[in-house]
Amino acid sequence: MIEIDHITKTYGDINAVDAVSMVIETGTITVVVGTSGSGKTTLLRMINRLVEPTSGEVRINGEPTHAVAPYLLRRRIGYAIQGHGLFPHQTVARNIASVPRLLDWPTDKINARVDELLSLFGMDPAEFRDRYPQELSGGQQQRVGVARALASRPDLLLMDEPFGALDPIIRARAQDDLKEIQRKLGSTIVLVTHDMDEAIRLGDRVGVMDGGKLVQYAPPEDIVERPASGFVANMVGDAERPMRLLSLIPVGDLTEDGAAEGAMLPDTASLRDALSACLWTGRDAVPVERDGAQIGRVTLAAIRHRVGQHA
Amino acid sequence: MGLTVSPPGVLFAVLGAASLLLPFLTLRANRIVAGEGAAPWEVAGPTVTIAALTAIAAGLACGLLPSRPWLRFAGSLLSLAGLIFLLSRGAANLLGDAGDLARVSPAAGFWCLLSVVMLLMADAIGGLQPGPRLRLGLLTLVLGALALLLWSGALNDLSPMQEYRTRAAAFRTATWRHVALALGSLGVAAAIGFPLGILAFRKARVRAVTLPVLSFLQTIPSLAMFGIMIPILGWVGATVPGAQAVGIAGIGFAPAFVALLLYSLLPVVANTVAGLGSVPAASVEAARGMGMTGPQRFWTVELPLALPVILAGLRIVLVQNIGLAVIAGLIGGGGYGTFVFQGLNQTATDLILLGALPTVLMALVAAILMDIVVEVAQPTLNRKNT
Repeated sequence: MIEIDHITKTYGDINAVDAVSMVIETGTITVVVGTSGSGKTTLLRMINRLVEPTSGEVRINGEPTHAVAPYLLRRRIGYAIQGHGLFPHQTVARNIASVPRLLDWPTDKINARVDELLSLFGMDPAEFRDRYPQELSGGQQQRVGVARALASRPDLLLMDEPFGALDPIIRARAQDDLKEIQRKLGSTIVLVTHDMDEAIRLGDRVGVMDGGKLVQYAPPEDIVERPASGFVANMVGDAERPMRLLSLIPVGDLTEDGAAEGAMLPDTASLRDALSACLWTGRDAVPVERDGAQIGRVTLAAIRHRVGQHA
Repeated sequence: MGLTVSPPGVLFAVLGAASLLLPFLTLRANRIVAGEGAAPWEVAGPTVTIAALTAIAAGLACGLLPSRPWLRFAGSLLSLAGLIFLLSRGAANLLGDAGDLARVSPAAGFWCLLSVVMLLMADAIGGLQPGPRLRLGLLTLVLGALALLLWSGALNDLSPMQEYRTRAAAFRTATWRHVALALGSLGVAAAIGFPLGILAFRKARVRAVTLPVLSFLQTIPSLAMFGIMIPILGWVGATVPGAQAVGIAGIGFAPAFVALLLYSLLPVVANTVAGLGSVPAASVEAARGMGMTGPQRFWTVELPLALPVILAGLRIVLVQNIGLAVIAGLIGGGGYGTFVFQGLNQTATDLILLGALPTVLMALVAAILMDIVVEVAQPTLNRKNT
């Protein structure tokens, strides 16, 4: 568990981060979203003390971060940044091994860990181990950057706009991969972004920052359905709120008995997918399947009803 | 793509053909007087002339072929062989009919042809895109061939070689002195310049003072710099106890060394600053974020990434110093400059060449070696070429 306790950073007269408190549960993804200048990056960098807080403290599993030397603290916290920050003069394997080497792991353990991570990220170790970063695609570089941040099995992974440099299609895949890997490893992740879509897509909880203050910290459904202020509503985007809400709810939640024509959707698909299918093929209901067998249908009326509930 | 001839090859062939119209060797009654030029077809007997000119022409013709770099390289070697063959035989032939004091020197035609052939060789090697190991091999081969040629005595009839024979011991001393001036000042400049460059990179205030001052030093003409050094070091030598004992005086080695050192500082410091500045900010940020200490960050990330630019600075300094060290000859600093200025005083062109040619060779070898070192320092770039 990560506790951020009334943390403040002051530059001159300005509070870049103003008395922010939040509790981050182990094994979850927390996304901090805000416009540029909202203080989200400063907040993140105070967790691993790249920025020293003016007041307040951060505790990781009960232990205050100011109790250890910054460089020792950082070796326990993974850090992935926009534009990956890989070392161009080192091979992929050496890049990933950076923190384990700082921690003096034995060589065979490091090598095994590098291969394990490359496989986890869908990159064949034999093929990629000895390549240099500039010989990889943008998506591969980003994955190596995250693999490097995870190499020493850190207590916590901090990510600062990690997908910012990727094009939209690669970014969506990278987000899915991150979510899957996080579920598999049970990592605790704090991710900073300016993209509300990314926040809703990835976050178990989403924190919205404005002018150094944390204006709302809640599960993504709440952020969409019950924005705490006009600013949050604006970030979510009024016109897109129904679609954002639907994208968060699985079809399984609204499945009812009954028959429907046409192609089936899996019960893990979102209501947004179901709505698209209805509109595109001119149907009033879509059949829902699980493991290949139809388990019911989801109707246009039910989707409309669910969206109407928010108020 | 569809080119049937190499455009630079055409240029080299045309220039080479034009150079054949210039006098190839000069024959003089003694080492001072003006001489008479002899055209390439006049210097030797018909067999030698035909063989040599055929080789030169065939080599330049090979240079016309595009997309065959090895053949073009072989062509440049063939031309070079023909050129040297004609030089060696022509010199012996011309001297045979002249008096004891007569001298034969290479003339404009020879130098132009040599330049053209060297350009062809450089162009062909550029087309080969050789890796560092191959370049080192080629360099060793060329230097070995040159040493063999000089040792064999095939060029002994030429006037610069005769100048050498009367000064062999002085030449050896001058060589070591030249190396000591160029390399020694580089070494001291690096020892001062690296820390200064690192400091200037980190502290804007140091940078704001250091770089303009060093730039100013760089703009002082070299002769003026020696002139300034003479009174300053003369005073130091006369007043500081023990200074004279270690060789500090107004003229000689010390002022030359200090002047070269001052010229060297700007490239070393400026390239250290530029090299450290070229390290990607994201890599440094990542290194900090993963828990590297300051020294770890410097040695494993910043320095290796800055090294190619820093080494490029050293390359500039080394080549510049080898050339500038010639001027040390003016103030008794020794080195090849001694021969150049003696030659100028005696209007003995061949003595000037005895100083100038090894300087050019040394600078060329230093440049090629440093290029190889710079490339080896960039492991990722080599891989892209292969």
